[in-house]
Amino acid sequence: MTTKIYVPCDSAAVSVGADEVAYALRAEANRRGLDILIVRNGSRGALWLEPLVEVETERGRVAYGNVEAAAVPGLLDSGLLDGAGENLGLADEIPYIKDQERLTFARVGITDPVSLDDYLAHGGFEGLKRALTMQPAEIVEEVTNSGLRGRGGAGFPTGIKWRTVLNEPEQQKYIVCNADEGDSGTFADRMLMEGDPFTLIEGMTIAGLAVGATMGYVYVRSEYPDAFMTLNRAIEIARETGYLGASVSGSGKAFDMEARLGAGAYICGEETALLESLEGKRGVIRYKPPLPAIKGLFGQPTVVNNVISLATVPIVLAKGAEHYANFGMGRSKGTMPFQLAGNIKQGGLVEKAFGLTLREAIYDIGGGTATERPLRAVQVGGPLGAYFPEALLDTPLDYEAMAAQRGLLGHGGIVVFDDTVDMARQARFAMEFCAAESCGKCTPCRIGSTRGVEVIDKIIEDRDRVKNVELLEELCETMTDASLCLLGGLTPYPVLSAMGHFPEDFDKPAPPELEDVEENLKFSPRTLNR
Amino acid sequence: MLPILHALQEEFGYVDDEAIPLIADALNLSKAEVVGVVHFYHDYRHEVPGRHILKVCRAEACQSMGCESLVGHLTSKLATAMGETTADGAFSLDTVYCLGNCALSPAVMLDGRLYGKVTNDRIDALLERVEAHP
Repeated sequence: MTTKIYVPCDSAAVSVGADEVAYALRAEANRRGLDILIVRNGSRGALWLEPLVEVETERGRVAYGNVEAAAVPGLLDSGLLDGAGENLGLADEIPYIKDQERLTFARVGITDPVSLDDYLAHGGFEGLKRALTMQPAEIVEEVTNSGLRGRGGAGFPTGIKWRTVLNEPEQQKYIVCNADEGDSGTFADRMLMEGDPFTLIEGMTIAGLAVGATMGYVYVRSEYPDAFMTLNRAIEIARETGYLGASVSGSGKAFDMEARLGAGAYICGEETALLESLEGKRGVIRYKPPLPAIKGLFGQPTVVNNVISLATVPIVLAKGAEHYANFGMGRSKGTMPFQLAGNIKQGGLVEKAFGLTLREAIYDIGGGTATERPLRAVQVGGPLGAYFPEALLDTPLDYEAMAAQRGLLGHGGIVVFDDTVDMARQARFAMEFCAAESCGKCTPCRIGSTRGVEVIDKIIEDRDRVKNVELLEELCETMTDASLCLLGGLTPYPVLSAMGHFPEDFDKPAPPELEDVEENLKFSPRTLNR
Repeated sequence: MLPILHALQEEFGYVDDEAIPLIADALNLSKAEVVGVVHFYHDYRHEVPGRHILKVCRAEACQSMGCESLVGHLTSKLATAMGETTADGAFSLDTVYCLGNCALSPAVMLDGRLYGKVTNDRIDALLERVEAHP
C-alpha cells in the first residue's frame, strides 16, 4: 500500500530544509523499496516546527517537527511510515494548529496547492457555484453583510468598495489583487498564494461576477518568486478546466486573470502606485479622488483588494455572510491571519477571530521571545505600525482597539523585540525606510523622512536634545497631516510610539563613536541611489 | 514595461543603457520615461552583477533577530559593502526589506532561493557551497 507523506513546499519551510527532506525521503524510500507518495502541501502555519512532515495513517496525519534530511533514515528505521517513532502526535491535535479558527486558510497546509481535485474535495469552488446563481447586487450584498473589511491594512469595508464599482455604468472594469506584501512581519499573502492559490482565483472570479469585471490582475512582489510560480500554475489549470475564460464554469460569463511581478518598491503596495506600476510606469501615487473604484486601472472602474480579502470571499459565499460575521468582535468581523514574527519562540501564522489580545497572541500562542530574554517592544502592523510596550499588551487585536492606542492592525503582522532593542534606533529606521521607499511625489514624505533621520541622529548624539525632540514632534505632525498617502502619513506612528513609550532610549548618553554596523545602517546604498 | 525589464535582467543580469532606446521605440515612449521607470524600482541593476546575488533582509523582524550582526559578518568576510559586488566578482550583496520569512528570521535570499534562521556559520557554508558549484 502506498503511504502518503506530506512535506511542505511553502517557501518558509523550504528555507529551513524542506526540499532536502523531500529528496532524502525519496532517495531512501527508493533504496529500501518502500512505496511512498510525497505530497508537497502548503504550510499549516506552525513555521517554528518546519519542516513539519506528516504521514497519513489510519488514525489521521501524524506530525514530525523540525525534521532534518540527515534524520530521515533514522525516522524510517523507527517506523515513520506507520506513524511510529518520536513524533508530535496528530497534526490536527497540535494546540497551535487545533486552536486556530481557519476560514480563509482552511485548506492551507492540508492540500496540494496545485491539485484541483484536492481543492474540489475540500469545498473548493462552492462559493463560485453559489455566486453563479446570484445577481451581481446580491453577491455584493452578501459580502457587505459579512462585515469583511480590507485585510491589506486599511480595513475599508469590501462590500462598499464593490458596490461603488458595480454602480459605475457598463464598461470595461477590472479586479486588481494587491499581493505586494511589503510589511516586515507579514507573510500571509505569500502563504495563501503558495498554499491555496485556487481560493484567490475563486475570490477574484466572484468579485468579477459581482461588479461586472471580466479581467483581473494579481500584482505579486518580486521577493515572492515561489508564490508567483504557484499562482501562475494554478491560473493555467483553472483556464484549462474552464474555471477561467470566456465562460466561467459554462455560465456564459467571462472572467480571466493574469499575475504580474513587481520590481522591489514598497510604495507599490499603495493602491494607486500599484495601478501605475501595473500600467508600466514609475510607482508614483495618484491624487485621490478620483478613487480607483471610479477611475482605476487604465482609467476604468477597478476593485483593488488585498489577497486575504479576496481569498476570504469564497467562504463568505459558500457558508453565507452570517457564518462569517459570527466570528470576531465589534466592527471587526470574521477572522484575521495573525503573523507572529521576529524574536518569538513559536513564530508562524495563526488565523483567529478578531479580539484576542496581543498578550495572548505572543505568550499563549507564540511562547514568548525566541532568545528567552524579557520582551521589550512589539511592532504591530508593519513598518508603519506603532511600537507597543509590555504595559499595552492587553490591547485586543481588532481595528478599533488598535486605533484607540494610536496603533494599527495593518495586515496583521506582529514583530516581537527583546530587551536588547534600542528604540531610538528603531525610530530612526522608520524614517530611513520611509526615505528609501518614498515615491517622491509629496514633500513631507520625500524630504521629511530624510530630515527625520538627521534629527533623530542629533537626538541620539545628544546635540540640542530638547530642541530636536520638539522639532521631531513637529516634523511628525507635518508628515501626518500633509503627506499624500499613508507611507509619509503613518511613518510618524513608529517614531512617536517609540518616543512616547520608551523615552529613556532617547535620553541616553551619546554613544562614544559610531561602530561599523552603525555606519552601515546610516545610509544604505539603496537610500543613496534614490 | 516591467515584464520587458524583468526579461532583460533575467537574460543579462542587469538592464543595460543600450536597451533603453530600443524599449522606448517599441513602446512608443520617450527615452526619459523608460529611464524613469528603470531607475524607480530597486530590483533593476545598472551594471553586471556578481556571479551570485545575496539579498539580506534588514527589515524589523530580521533586526529583532540580529540581522545587523549578520550584515557586519558578511561585509567583513567578503570585504565589500552592502549594495556592492566583491572584487573577484563572486558575490553581489543587496539590502532588501522583507523576504516574507519573518517567523524564521534572519532571512536571506541567495540566487533566488530563500533561507531562514541564518547564522554566521550557516551563511559561510552556503557561500562556500555555491562558489564550489557555480
